[in-house]
Amino acid sequence: MALRAPTPTRPTLSGRLIRPLGLLIALGTLAMCVLLSLTVGSKPIPVTDVWAALTAPNGTYDHEVIRTLRLPRTIIGVFVGAALGMAGALMQALTRNPLAEPGILGVNSGAAAAVVIAVFLFGATGTGLVWPAFLGAAIAAVAVYALGSRGRAAATPVRLALAGTALAALLQGLIHGVVVLNDFVFDRIRFWQVGSLTGRDLDLFWQVAPFLIVGIALTLALGPSLNTIALGDDLAATLGARLPLVRAGTAVAVILLCGAATAAAGPIWFVGLIIPHVARTITGPDQRWMLPYAAVLGAILLTAADTIGRVILPGSELEVGIITALVGAPLFIALVRSKRMAQL
Amino acid sequence: MTENARLSGQDLTLAYDQRVISRELAVTIPDNSFTVIVGPNACGKSTLLRALSRTLKPAQGNVLLDGQVIGSYPAKEVARRLGLLPQTSIAPDGIGVADLVARGRFPHQSFLRQWSAQDEAVVTQAMEATGVSALADRSVDELSGGQRQRVWLAMVLAQQTPLLLLDEPTTYLDIAHQMDMLDLCADLHAEQGHTLVAVLHDLNHACRYATHLIVMREGAIVAEGDPATIVTADLVEKVFGLPVRVIADPETHTPMIVPLDRRGVRRHHD
Amino acid sequence: MNKTLTPPRPTRTGHVRPRGTLAWRAHGDRLSFLLRPRTLLVCLSLLLIGALTLAVSVSVGDYEIPLSAVPSALLGFGERLDVFFVQGVRLPRALTAIGVGAALGVAGAVFQSLSRNALGSPDIIGFTSGAATGAVLAILVLGAGRLAVSLGAITGGLLTAALVYLLAMKNGVQGYRLVLVGIGASAMLASVRDYLMTRADLTDAMGAQIWMIGSLNGRGWAEVTAVWIAFALLAPPLLAVGRRLRLMELGDDTAQGLGVSIQSTQIIALTTASALTGAAIAVAGPIGFVALAAPQLARRLTRTGGATLVGSACMGATLLLLADLVALRALAPTQLPVGVVTAVIGGGYLIWLLYTEWRDGRA
Repeated sequence: MALRAPTPTRPTLSGRLIRPLGLLIALGTLAMCVLLSLTVGSKPIPVTDVWAALTAPNGTYDHEVIRTLRLPRTIIGVFVGAALGMAGALMQALTRNPLAEPGILGVNSGAAAAVVIAVFLFGATGTGLVWPAFLGAAIAAVAVYALGSRGRAAATPVRLALAGTALAALLQGLIHGVVVLNDFVFDRIRFWQVGSLTGRDLDLFWQVAPFLIVGIALTLALGPSLNTIALGDDLAATLGARLPLVRAGTAVAVILLCGAATAAAGPIWFVGLIIPHVARTITGPDQRWMLPYAAVLGAILLTAADTIGRVILPGSELEVGIITALVGAPLFIALVRSKRMAQL
Repeated sequence: MTENARLSGQDLTLAYDQRVISRELAVTIPDNSFTVIVGPNACGKSTLLRALSRTLKPAQGNVLLDGQVIGSYPAKEVARRLGLLPQTSIAPDGIGVADLVARGRFPHQSFLRQWSAQDEAVVTQAMEATGVSALADRSVDELSGGQRQRVWLAMVLAQQTPLLLLDEPTTYLDIAHQMDMLDLCADLHAEQGHTLVAVLHDLNHACRYATHLIVMREGAIVAEGDPATIVTADLVEKVFGLPVRVIADPETHTPMIVPLDRRGVRRHHD
Repeated sequence: MNKTLTPPRPTRTGHVRPRGTLAWRAHGDRLSFLLRPRTLLVCLSLLLIGALTLAVSVSVGDYEIPLSAVPSALLGFGERLDVFFVQGVRLPRALTAIGVGAALGVAGAVFQSLSRNALGSPDIIGFTSGAATGAVLAILVLGAGRLAVSLGAITGGLLTAALVYLLAMKNGVQGYRLVLVGIGASAMLASVRDYLMTRADLTDAMGAQIWMIGSLNGRGWAEVTAVWIAFALLAPPLLAVGRRLRLMELGDDTAQGLGVSIQSTQIIALTTASALTGAAIAVAGPIGFVALAAPQLARRLTRTGGATLVGSACMGATLLLLADLVALRALAPTQLPVGVVTAVIGGGYLIWLLYTEWRDGRA
């Protein structure tokens, strides 16, 4: 494996300031997006009312809309976006693979298969789908990574994508087998399969929050070790990184983040793919900065996409999962065509 | 002589997409020669070979084969006159040696005539000539690099073409197999009267085996002719930017290039 | 007729032929062929298995027809109900399976050969996904009938395949780039389908879903005619370029050196194989993975380097016939769409393929 040294960053004053400053700007943007997400919708609600609803609710219809509908979906959007952005960044760092992404790696189909089984066998609905989705996502992620990294050579981009596709195909067959036999399961799964923040409540958030928070904390702690892993396994080992520990930690973090995100919002494609690339162009390859950026940018993308989805079609909502797929797939293809992937 | 040569290029401008490699190149491959094209990396030597073998269509100008523009022949007709061993070929998983060599007969076959007695005889001969007969039933995957290159050469020989174009036939081979390969080519030239054109990396190999040398730099032909007369220290320095001495090869008395010791240190045995 | 069938060469000193082949020549050298007994044997065995499966398919069901009564029912004698089930229901369904399977097998072999990649099947490069999306659009948005749905599927498939091919093109089409672009395009199309499914009412969505999986349920003589005519028209040109395709597996430069005109071969092969896939999908829906697995299995059984078109056709037909029997009987009396069975078999096979290849340290 060729060594890829991170491009040296110049320790100039502007260089040192630009990353914290950029992060502040990003956080400001996120705050704007959150505010928009609270005010924009089929019925626009002015900012003053939003504030009142959050601090001194008076039980009016508008306040109820804010508190029970828009606030939960916004919070979940922020966390799911952050989780997916970070999970993508972790996967890309761990596999040194610019195309690694939860969806491509079969996580979504794993979660979908588990949800189908849960609905079919136990008639699970609503928050009852959280645990199956979580478990299915986790198992699929492990299986694809294990399959993709077999043999002497490392898990190349192509291999992981293929392993993910193969597993997805198998699971899709099973899902189809169940849904054609059972209208009820089909009806549930067709709505679940579109990643969405619609109708999510705070209960759901509290269910997944512990995983998200542990996952995020673990991710931030892994930053420095991931920097050494980027230099290649052999060099990282000589630099004193405890590879198995870092690997295991990263894998746990990925599973927590992906599983929780998918459990909360259903399968959402391409956020985990695009966000790390955007973050990397701002921060360079330093994971300690890249990971927080990925979190904030992911949160921005998801809340913004969700808000846009509410107003883009007159009279109905476009789910956030659809928007990210429509935006993300062309970017994925552009990436495959780009120079860096020319040797594929 | 130029008019009579079987393979020549006139006024060739060669380009990949928009990137022009060579402009207004004129080249003639003397009949019955072992022509070797040399030059530094990215000088356009493989590009020229590709143009001569019609795998690259010139942006301008023509390659002439037996007096006609090469592109005007049917594809199989060209393949009966001119064989090509490209730099990279792919052996499909699990293909057998004889199977691969037999594919060289394609230009002589038709839908109803897929395996004539002549096909069989020629494939047998080609494998004998390259010394791979004993490998006939093996899979190409199992062979060493040197054996594999011989098998590919056998495939091209099975094409039975008077002209043979070889693009860096010795790459990836160790020194012994490089010499094997070149000896084989020289035999084909001397004994069977093939006209050979090869792109080679190693200037000393080129000088040793070529009867006609074409030296290229930045897309242009800088010198051509008998290696013994054209290879001088000046030429090598001009083309490769490397100061050298040219001495006579103690074995073959062809020119041999020895780089000067630029560090001025004389190392003694201690 | 002075034909000679030379036995396998006894010693090293004789003439060399590709291993495992026999030469057959007649009229001097004007007619000569290289026969591969192993390929022949594999194809014949597949046909035999196919024939047995056909017999079983025709006889079993909720209405059992004893095997002994099948021949007479086929010819139109025997009990009226027997004749109805055999001639009107089961035989056309099985013949559709054979036609669709053979078409997918050949098309898959051609696609794989062109992309020099075991995964370059219409499933992976977006054709199937595009066809499914086209059909779902036709069903859910336009409320189209059977014929229009088929047209929608063919249009969607061809457009997507062309787009993926163009997007993957950059100094020539490189195998793995094609696969990755195909995966990206499929993901995007899947989200479009998901969206349409949530906007439709349950019955329509279910209909679209079943169509998308690919099924042979209720296929009759019209479908048999359509797919067999398409096969009869489109397979011969592919067989004619078959030898050229095998040479192109050696690399474009080598093939050109041997006298293959690359571009015209590519164009003939691509358009014909796409049309063949389109015909199969129009008749049965986008049945997955036959096109991927059949050529690979055929290749491994016949032990030829590179794709074998005839072997892939036999394998595809037999595979689909078997899969359909499983789909019919696995959960009887409920009929599964055959696409469910092929996806499970195909996905499992793909995982196994990747697993063993990567274990052995190959790319």
